[in-house]
Amino acid sequence: MDIFVQQLINGLVLGSIYALVALGYTMVYGILELINFAHGEVTMFGAMVALAVIGVVLGVAPDLPGLLVVLAGVLVAIPVCMLLGFSIERLAYRPLRNAPRLAPLITAIGLSIVLQNVAMLIWGRQYIAFPPLLPKGQYEVLGAHVSNLQIFIVVLSILVMLGLWFMVQKTRLGRAMRATAQSRAVAQLMGVNVNSVIAATFVIGSALAAVAGVMVSAYYGLAHYYMGFLLGLKAFSAAVLGGIGNIAGAMLGGLLLGVIEALGAGYIGDLTGGFLGSHYQDVFAFFVLILVLVFRPSGLLGERVATRA
Amino acid sequence: MRYSIVSALLVTLIAAGCGPKPEVGSEVIKIGSVAPLTGPQAHLGKDNENGARLAVEEINAKGLTLGGKPVKLELIGEDDQADPKTGTVVAQKLVDLGVAGVIGHLNSGTTIPASKIYFDAGIPQISPSATAIAYTAQGYKTAFRVMTNDEQQGKVLGQFAVNSMGAKKIAIIDDRTAYGQGLADEFEKAAKAAGASVVAREFTSDRATDFTAILTSIKSKNPDVVFFGGMDPQGGPMAQQMKRLGLTAKFLGGDGIQNGNFIKLAGVEAEGTVASLPGLPLDAMPGGAGFKQRFEARFGPIQVYAPYAYDAVYVLVEAMKRADSADHAKVVAELPKTDFEGVTGRIRFDAKGDTTGGAVTLYQVKNGAWVVLETVK
Amino acid sequence: MPVIKFFRQRPQLTLLLLAVLLAVLPFLVGAGLGKSWIRVLDFALLYVLLALGLNIVVGYAGLLDLGYIAFYALGAYLYAWLASPHFGLHLPFWAVLPIGALLAGLFGVLLGAPTLRLRGDYLAIVTLGFGEIIRIFMNNLNAPVNITNGPQGMNLIDPIAFGDFTFKGTHHFFGIAFSSAHLYYYLFLGFVLLAMLIALRLQDSRIGRAWAAIREDEVAAAAMGINTRNVKLLAFAMGATFGGLAGGLFAAFQGFISPESFGLMESIMILCMIVLGGMGNIPGVILGAVLLTVLPEALRYLGDAQRALLGHVALDPADLRMLLFGVALILMMLFRPEGLLPSRRRQRELHPEDGPGEQASLYDSRG
Repeated sequence: MDIFVQQLINGLVLGSIYALVALGYTMVYGILELINFAHGEVTMFGAMVALAVIGVVLGVAPDLPGLLVVLAGVLVAIPVCMLLGFSIERLAYRPLRNAPRLAPLITAIGLSIVLQNVAMLIWGRQYIAFPPLLPKGQYEVLGAHVSNLQIFIVVLSILVMLGLWFMVQKTRLGRAMRATAQSRAVAQLMGVNVNSVIAATFVIGSALAAVAGVMVSAYYGLAHYYMGFLLGLKAFSAAVLGGIGNIAGAMLGGLLLGVIEALGAGYIGDLTGGFLGSHYQDVFAFFVLILVLVFRPSGLLGERVATRA
Repeated sequence: MRYSIVSALLVTLIAAGCGPKPEVGSEVIKIGSVAPLTGPQAHLGKDNENGARLAVEEINAKGLTLGGKPVKLELIGEDDQADPKTGTVVAQKLVDLGVAGVIGHLNSGTTIPASKIYFDAGIPQISPSATAIAYTAQGYKTAFRVMTNDEQQGKVLGQFAVNSMGAKKIAIIDDRTAYGQGLADEFEKAAKAAGASVVAREFTSDRATDFTAILTSIKSKNPDVVFFGGMDPQGGPMAQQMKRLGLTAKFLGGDGIQNGNFIKLAGVEAEGTVASLPGLPLDAMPGGAGFKQRFEARFGPIQVYAPYAYDAVYVLVEAMKRADSADHAKVVAELPKTDFEGVTGRIRFDAKGDTTGGAVTLYQVKNGAWVVLETVK
Repeated sequence: MPVIKFFRQRPQLTLLLLAVLLAVLPFLVGAGLGKSWIRVLDFALLYVLLALGLNIVVGYAGLLDLGYIAFYALGAYLYAWLASPHFGLHLPFWAVLPIGALLAGLFGVLLGAPTLRLRGDYLAIVTLGFGEIIRIFMNNLNAPVNITNGPQGMNLIDPIAFGDFTFKGTHHFFGIAFSSAHLYYYLFLGFVLLAMLIALRLQDSRIGRAWAAIREDEVAAAAMGINTRNVKLLAFAMGATFGGLAGGLFAAFQGFISPESFGLMESIMILCMIVLGGMGNIPGVILGAVLLTVLPEALRYLGDAQRALLGHVALDPADLRMLLFGVALILMMLFRPEGLLPSRRRQRELHPEDGPGEQASLYDSRG
């Protein structure tokens, strides 16, 4: 029983991380129907910038409380990533807005390669350790171990999701976003500045990526210029699982994917009598994803779109 | 339609034409170094290249004479992206450039297909880090390595886990790379032969950061020792997550985690971790401490395999000296006679090109540093 | 351009010149740039074969497939199983290659069947999943029964051989030395020409027109009596067959295969090739494949170029190579979003007359 609870907690934490990154994917997709492949790299930049700032702060004032130091890192990483997101949209996606669907996908892949290599030039090829600054509270729940940071990550991702949902549903900007997502042309006619709405979407998504990047890096204790690729891919799968373009869907998809991975790795061996082991964890996750999509072709919470209006 | 094909070809030719021709210099001897310099293993690749570079610079500073003429070494570092296909293209490029020998590649997956190209060209190849048994089992006279293979190291580790660490129940994790899986399999064989039982065999990948699921599963089986076949970017977080989950088994690994980076990544949770490294401790070797100092002054901290790449260059150059020539055939004929005191230990080769009698040293993290436990010969 | 006009008006002459050029290309390249470039040419041809196959799925039928490399892997592993010491089988290539291609085609149908209802990005993620699943199986099927030898890969795979004549070492014909890289070049070229012919014939066939109809408007296509299920499955199967064939050739050429050759990045790269070159247009696809194979290799010479210009290496080429590759991808797409050599039909699709602001989307017919 305690093992099962522990696996569930493992999955929820991992899933919350996926969800944080998936929210950024889903926002951009919802409005532009564009897979922003470079989103994982923005996450990586967030972690790297925060680590650099943390290094400097620790050098100047080594006695500062750890929480404040990390906060300083996050506060610098957010605007840097916002600027990065803004430039990505302006330089690489806006010129292609009316181009064939796959053209921006290729620029996104190109961007992803460029950002990785720029990060490699700036921060080097090594894995960088995240200093143990955050207080290490450990609790036992039903025989399972939980830490402060894990609780914080889960709570944060829920708060971020609720905040985003509120923004999209209740604010002026949110209404403009929804209008733009429905039809750019009509939104424009209604007086919505489509360009700035799209730019705002990228900027908000990138700010989320920065926070997610720092969280990932602090939780696992490391950062590396290549860390964004796999994280981005998993988060994208999570967004699709939940129904891409849907904020609650990204959250649900993220959590689900995390739990599936944890339970898959933990129990697949027992389930198959030792024939398949934890090396088939991703097979298991993809299998569930495929199964869901076969029966619900637009993801769990995605809208069913009529084939032809 | 047709003109497009022509223009397609023209573009290709122009793109291809950008490359300058290889220059031929009589006094310069080229040595190739191949490793992934981009991608997730770039840090290890650059480390190998730096190790080789330091040796080349030192040899040049001391001066080298072959066949009565002073010669200069030039290191050509190439990027194989850890991709077997790119590995063969790079290998052919080095053959075209007329290198006297190759230090590389880093991964077994690139080393094996490349070794065929070096063998066809008769060029000596010394890998500083490929551990797959298959590399030297192909019957190529040109293939050598200064690193112990999976079998040699896995055996030492397996026996150590059972006999010295007193492990009865062992859990094994590998990262599903040629290196990690190879080492873990050989470890499993040796540990079972020594009388321990393997209670869990779990797997991860070389890109993963979250191991909580497999560690939780391992925890339920109560092992004495958790063995990990893989590298420090996974080993570090794994050690942390073990402690966080309350898994108290001892953590054991191979050369992939026996480095400073592991301690940095694992933080205080690194304490007590045991890992092996082929060869003798750097500090115990004549010239070892000096190497470390010079390397770190020039390139920063050693990642893992730089000392092996450094020794590999010396082994190659010593063979050239004995042959008094950089001629491929003569050097290949001299290499099996190698008996060299390198910074990683005494290097000799068996008939296949593997190191023989190479010692394996076991280390443990104490107070944030690797301390020698014992050396197994 | 007058030069182009000159060749346009003389198709026979152009074809002849082209044939001569292709025939002597490995020797030109080998003499001018070094033998490693013949290998690059060989890989370029393999990628042309792969890109032509993927083009059937993505370019013709409009199905975004991100797991295409799985078929390449299947072809390669099948070749290794039937022609290496692993199972002790040494079947000749003319038996193995067709089996590999058929097996890949069968898997194409298996993959296609559950995904028929999916469109656009959902299809992309499911195919990506299939690709990864195949790779993971190849990476792990060394226990309990050793089928793929796991991450260690399969070694000592037989080279292509016609009777006693093996594609190994150097052969002499008419006093000219042909290395194995040369021989594979001609073999691959033959397959590429064959594949081109098939792709060209398919494009203008009944099936080709059905694919175009599905790509442009699936509902309308179904209404016109096209069996969209069968036609889509056929696209998957055809594309996969090309992939399986290329995989077998790759295994024979390399002599060693391991799962790391069949990662997701490879699928993405092949997709980049066809989008970059011009989807649906065969010369464009070929250009894209050749360009993206050659470019990263050409960028290796940055170091030599710096040495020639500045006398020393200011910036490590290894640091810059992939960076410039990424920049090139972005710039090419920004300036030629329809690809370098787009097909005419596609240009028409992309520039409809129905007013500004309309979202031109290839895979979705909503909007």
